[in-house]
Amino acid sequence: MAFVSRGFRGRRAADADPARVPPGQYVTRDFPVLSAGPTPHTSLELWDFSIIGELDEPRGWSWEEFRALPSEEITRDIHCVTKWSKLDTVWQGVSVDTLLAGIETSAEYVTQYSDGGYTTNLPLEDITGGKAWVVFAYGGQPLAPEHGGPARMLVPHHYFWKSAKWVRGLRLQSTDEPGFWETNGYHNHGDPWLEQRYQGD
Amino acid sequence: MPEPPPAPIPWQTARVVAIRPETARAKTFRLALTGPSRHRAGQHYIVRLTAPDGYTASRSYSVASAPDGSPEFELTVERLDDGEVSTFLHDVVVPGDELEVRGPIGGWFVWDAETPALLVGGGSGVVPLMAMLRLARATQRGALVRMVVSVRSPGDLYYADELPGPETAVVYTRRAPDATPRPVGRLTAEDLTGAGPIRSDVTAYVCGSSGFADHAGDLLVELGLPAERIRVERFGPSGSAS
Repeated sequence: MAFVSRGFRGRRAADADPARVPPGQYVTRDFPVLSAGPTPHTSLELWDFSIIGELDEPRGWSWEEFRALPSEEITRDIHCVTKWSKLDTVWQGVSVDTLLAGIETSAEYVTQYSDGGYTTNLPLEDITGGKAWVVFAYGGQPLAPEHGGPARMLVPHHYFWKSAKWVRGLRLQSTDEPGFWETNGYHNHGDPWLEQRYQGD
Repeated sequence: MPEPPPAPIPWQTARVVAIRPETARAKTFRLALTGPSRHRAGQHYIVRLTAPDGYTASRSYSVASAPDGSPEFELTVERLDDGEVSTFLHDVVVPGDELEVRGPIGGWFVWDAETPALLVGGGSGVVPLMAMLRLARATQRGALVRMVVSVRSPGDLYYADELPGPETAVVYTRRAPDATPRPVGRLTAEDLTGAGPIRSDVTAYVCGSSGFADHAGDLLVELGLPAERIRVERFGPSGSAS
């Protein structure tokens, strides 16, 4: 007989479509904050975004140049490994496809790197093809520092630690290099639909 | 050659052996596994509840007890009025019940009592830091630790009987016990430094709400501590729409 918690019935979220909530997650209307260190405060004058690593010539944008790139509104569900999911979050940002347009690379992996030293890794194909953005607004407002402002990654089909806050660039790599949480006990790939939470899942 | 994948962390059944109140809104649950807990100070366990129809709800809770090699460990849980798991733990669970747990989890917000540590907790954020303080005291390494706990009022202080000591300080932000010399108010840099300057080789562990963690992290940066030696664990909503 499977385990049952004595007296537990649970509060099912009546208004959440179960097909949109990955296994083990619950839906919240809050927007919890997670980070491993202090919140960086980089001024927009000093901010830039770079593509480095396995490409002929690194690319970079100042804040003004970055904001002049074509951007789009993105509405997606997000899923944090700490079990909360938030549905229909609305962002504004630049597609990674735009940032990588015209780049020829043999790299199969990418590391997002951030102010404060945070990194997270993914196969390059997981952030291309309309699957990832560098976002600078949430809910119609400039992205707050605690949520990763001035700009963060949005890779909504992975657990949210794969969407680096305070992102400053992408490093294209021929080999996979586990990032911050990936070397601290968390799963290397982080697919919420497969419940890839921790190493070994 | 890639390394062989590690084995998944298994779910285990833990028996509730004792429950005691910490404050009006927080209880400590002492759980017993069938084998040693093997947690490090600062780590957490996931508690999973399962309904008869298979529906589950799970949440992470920090371990409050020091690692001691025993099968027993303690989780301190704040009761959130809209919390599906915390209300069940507070209102339904009694000693003798069994709970499914998975862990210990976390490789960053951990301290093994080998290097100097400044522990900064806000409210219920004291829980993982308490495991660190208890470890330091149990291993006679209290001199490595300074701990500053910020609470609104005396009734919000967890572990009130055990916390006081030469290595700890409590900051009250709204209401303090009579005869407390420090005026009530938000955590300051002086609260963090205490008697002397911050040791240059210290690692800070900050745990609390997002607002508290941001404030304490900013203070530590202003005091000159490098960002890479400030470890932060946050909980709860941000309190704003963005």
